[in-house]
Amino acid sequence: MKFSEAWLREWVDPDIDCQTLLDQLTMAGLEVEIVESVAPPLPNVVVGRIEVCDGHPGGGHLSICQVADGAGSRQIVCGAPNARAGLLSALALPGSELPGGITVKEAQIRGVASAGMLCSAAELGLGDDAAGILELDGGTCGTALAETLALDDVSIEVKLTPNRGDCLSLRGLAREVGVLNGLPVRHQDSPPTAAETEAAFPVTLADPTGCPRYLGRVIKGIDLSAQAPLWMKERLRRCGLRSINAVVDVTNYVMLELGQPMHAFDLNALSKRIIVRRADRGETLKMLDGRPISLGSSDLVIADEAGPVAIAGVMGGERSGVQATTQDVFLECAWFDPLTVAETARRFGLHTDASHRYERGVDHQLQRKATERATALLLAITGGRAGPVEEALVAECLPSAAVVSLRQRRLHQLAGMAMDADEVDALLARLDFHLRDRRETDDDGVVWTIAAPSHRFDIGIEADLVEEVCRIHGYDNIPSQTPKAALHPRHKPLEQSGERELKAQLAALGFQEVITYSFVDPARQALLDPGGEVLALANPMSSDQSVMRANLLPGLVESLRFNQNRQQRRAQLFELGLCFRPAQRSAEPRNEGPGQPLDQVLLLGGLMWGERAPESWHGEPVAADFFDLKGAIERLLEWTGAKNPKFAPSNDPVLHPGQQASLLSEGRPIGRIGRLHPRIESKLELASGVLVFEVEGDAALSRPLRRFVEIPNTPRARRDLALLVDESVTADSVRETLSKALGATLRDLTLFDVYRSKHIDSNKKSLAVGLTFQGASSTLTDQDIAVWMSRGIEALQSELGAQLR
Amino acid sequence: MLNMNVDEVLTDAEAAVRGAVDGGGLERVRVRYLGRKGEVTALLKGLGKLTPEERPQAGAAINAAKRRLRALIAERKDQIAADQLAAALAEDAVDVTLPGRRPSSGGLHPVTQTIARVEDIFIGAGYDAVAGLEVEDDYHNFEALNIPPYHPARSMHDTFYFGDGTLLRTHTSPAQVHVMERQEPPIRVICPGRVYRRESDLSHTPMFHQIEGLVIDRDISFAHLKGTVTAFTRQFFERDLELRFRPSYFPFTEPSAEVDVQCVKCWGRGCRVCSHTGWLEIMGCGLVHPNALQLSGIDPEVWSGFAFGMGGDRLTMLLHEVNDCRLFFENDLRFLEQFR
Repeated sequence: MKFSEAWLREWVDPDIDCQTLLDQLTMAGLEVEIVESVAPPLPNVVVGRIEVCDGHPGGGHLSICQVADGAGSRQIVCGAPNARAGLLSALALPGSELPGGITVKEAQIRGVASAGMLCSAAELGLGDDAAGILELDGGTCGTALAETLALDDVSIEVKLTPNRGDCLSLRGLAREVGVLNGLPVRHQDSPPTAAETEAAFPVTLADPTGCPRYLGRVIKGIDLSAQAPLWMKERLRRCGLRSINAVVDVTNYVMLELGQPMHAFDLNALSKRIIVRRADRGETLKMLDGRPISLGSSDLVIADEAGPVAIAGVMGGERSGVQATTQDVFLECAWFDPLTVAETARRFGLHTDASHRYERGVDHQLQRKATERATALLLAITGGRAGPVEEALVAECLPSAAVVSLRQRRLHQLAGMAMDADEVDALLARLDFHLRDRRETDDDGVVWTIAAPSHRFDIGIEADLVEEVCRIHGYDNIPSQTPKAALHPRHKPLEQSGERELKAQLAALGFQEVITYSFVDPARQALLDPGGEVLALANPMSSDQSVMRANLLPGLVESLRFNQNRQQRRAQLFELGLCFRPAQRSAEPRNEGPGQPLDQVLLLGGLMWGERAPESWHGEPVAADFFDLKGAIERLLEWTGAKNPKFAPSNDPVLHPGQQASLLSEGRPIGRIGRLHPRIESKLELASGVLVFEVEGDAALSRPLRRFVEIPNTPRARRDLALLVDESVTADSVRETLSKALGATLRDLTLFDVYRSKHIDSNKKSLAVGLTFQGASSTLTDQDIAVWMSRGIEALQSELGAQLR
Repeated sequence: MLNMNVDEVLTDAEAAVRGAVDGGGLERVRVRYLGRKGEVTALLKGLGKLTPEERPQAGAAINAAKRRLRALIAERKDQIAADQLAAALAEDAVDVTLPGRRPSSGGLHPVTQTIARVEDIFIGAGYDAVAGLEVEDDYHNFEALNIPPYHPARSMHDTFYFGDGTLLRTHTSPAQVHVMERQEPPIRVICPGRVYRRESDLSHTPMFHQIEGLVIDRDISFAHLKGTVTAFTRQFFERDLELRFRPSYFPFTEPSAEVDVQCVKCWGRGCRVCSHTGWLEIMGCGLVHPNALQLSGIDPEVWSGFAFGMGGDRLTMLLHEVNDCRLFFENDLRFLEQFR
């Protein structure tokens, strides 16, 4: 809500300066957002009267004006079409600097001397009207324009929360400022206008819950060539509205002044009668802005016999709109149900000044006052004859005043401070709450029962009154305390780590955390989750953020690409976050227990790309490969304590077919690791060699309790073996064969060389294995070890066809 | 005659010891003079040829020479060892200004660090941290929070919807609803997480982080809310900042307040960060609305509570003087690495 300080002070004028007023509004919950002067400084612009206005001998649209400037008369050449003798306008004296950058000088214009400039509103920075020079309603020649137009004023824009619809008018703001300063408000009512014609137009309320009160008035014979006076246009401008025509200006003015939206129809475009009803499904209406709307059965419309002419409380239609040629108007002033207006406005995306107010609640006792005010203002500008005010009313459908009780004890408890009953009495009275009852009780102290005034839509329960009392008392005047509570030692899971500890572990392993958007590009997702089900947003902001990520790869590779494009030579990234799948859901509210539903699961993902270590003097840079990432993941799984972890060959289409593995724990898949498929790398315009991994969040966060294992005191003995095996024999099979054959006596096993050469068979490889033996309770002799060794070698030979080298 | 010989041998031997440059050379000198066939040993053997009167004096002279020589050799040996060590150490010297061999280092996202800081402050005061889900139903995101359909407050939340009526949570409050539904008071929780709104411009990203707190107990008051928020804010910034509580409106709290803190950049004098107001808006808060309590099965006549919510990204910007919220989700390593 934007308003002018000077206008507000006509209603209520506390003895405080502007800044104090602004602070007061902000601290009362009407947050001041923007404050700006209503006009630039105009030091050399004065009021001037055109005494004589002659055509310029050079012809064209120029005229030569003799202008009274208070001291004498000066000749000014002017190009405005509305320049005419007798007109009071804005005269910029030579030397004036106008806001558009023009410096006014004495000049010869087409051979005629001109000693100044007559200015339009636009040239003075007073709006956008550049059609002609300013037409003043009054003023003394030679007086500064700023003084005449009271330009020493500021426009104040307050951000109003949705509960404060009562402050969407000067009247409401004044009421608030009055409450804050303990001052009465000077209301500016217009006395009723007596009917000068019997002309009336019938109104039927077919849907009294949507519209229980509708006032109409016919005004005949208006002259729409007359414009709203400058003072009214100025007020509209200072409140952020443009002047359109006298009728619209008047309805807007009344809306700003009282908070009551009004609408004017061209009477002669209406057919027979007004019916306020719900629309029939499929009915259409062409709006004032030219947009056609297809209505639904929940939309409340103003209709005549020919069909809808306006959407109630939102916007009028084109057919019945006021035109420049309109002579007879039908003024509408109604109360519409807030939810009905809100639903329709939301659905059609029609957010108007009217719908904004109706949604938040308009005072339902205001319609007659607003109608009379608009009538008086309009007749003063355009002339015409008003008919009687016709009111259609279904009183039982109007909102009833909420009756609410406030207990003193409850107020003390919720505010956290004691407040005198006298102070509460005074606050409730200042807020216009009608006291229905006041009694002293033993348990609750004083109990007040009040009825809310018709302009307040946010008072329904005791807490609302607590808020009002605290607000006017001042939040600053409520003390600060910290709550007291029992000191219970907290639950700390024994076999689970927190997300923070997991993240810290990843960081310690050299990975940088990233946070990427949860919605991704569907094309990228399809590439990185082929065939996966997609959870799509119904109303995405852009097509490249239109589906929910099913895994973490789209965001990770996008972050990598961003960094590759910025000359990074290496990156190790990770993210921990929810990933999404469509799910079968019931319409019933969910109330899931602990654990996650399957459609939103926590995943840990990461990638590694580029040089293994930052470039340095320690040697040539080496590109990170599968085993760099695998080593990091092995370390991570060691930390999580995954039981019996395995890297099993897999067949994931997103990964390089020869460099990928499925992560298993106790045989159950918990993740994957591998090099991104080179085809995908090139489609995503990534530099090659991107290694990725993903692990289920639950698996990554489980961390079994470590239990102590006795450390044997016996000495260890190591023996090395060189084996020749087929290429197809995996390191894991060697490890498993030896563990099975040797049991716990084989304390440790290290694979320390893999060797291929032209000196050995081309489909064979040589593996060098170090075996560490240790007796559990007694020292192993050389003979013992020899027996164990031959048992191991036998197993390797029989099960894997290995040969000793 | 003999004395002269002793002196000559000693002089030669001293020169030889001084001339030895390593352990082997020195040993050869020792053998040459003190060995079984050495020159000093030979002198001792020659004593027999002297008269009994001459022998004691000559013997004493030779033994003295022998002791002297042994001492010289020992001294020289230490010297050679010291020289060799010094040479070896000199050989090992490195340019200490060359860069070290660093293990790869990672780091945590600055917003994660901020959330951890907030959590720690509240966990220290007896709160539990609770994570929530991001796809929510309309009930938990709106209705349970006293925001029925078509309530004007819904226009404060530009919501992402899915076709089936579910949505991306617009705030972390639904996590609090879930806590209220499953836990009996007293409740003290802090709920951080990602939230989503259809806004994208210089100062908004469509995804951002919120951190909400909820306390429900007997006799919780607005004074408790003020005290908690004030103490937290001062701890978070580790500065004795002024706060102001402005009346505001959230459907799920009443009374509601918007909290401004004295600008952390200019101490309230007015600067670009605070748009020259001296104040920074940092959170919304209020006493939990009785309807919201009742909807989750908590009796508002017995219990009362407060809730507050703040932006994780915004707090990070204020703490670390980051000037563009979009940096948080670009994941530029040159940005992220500044917070390691």
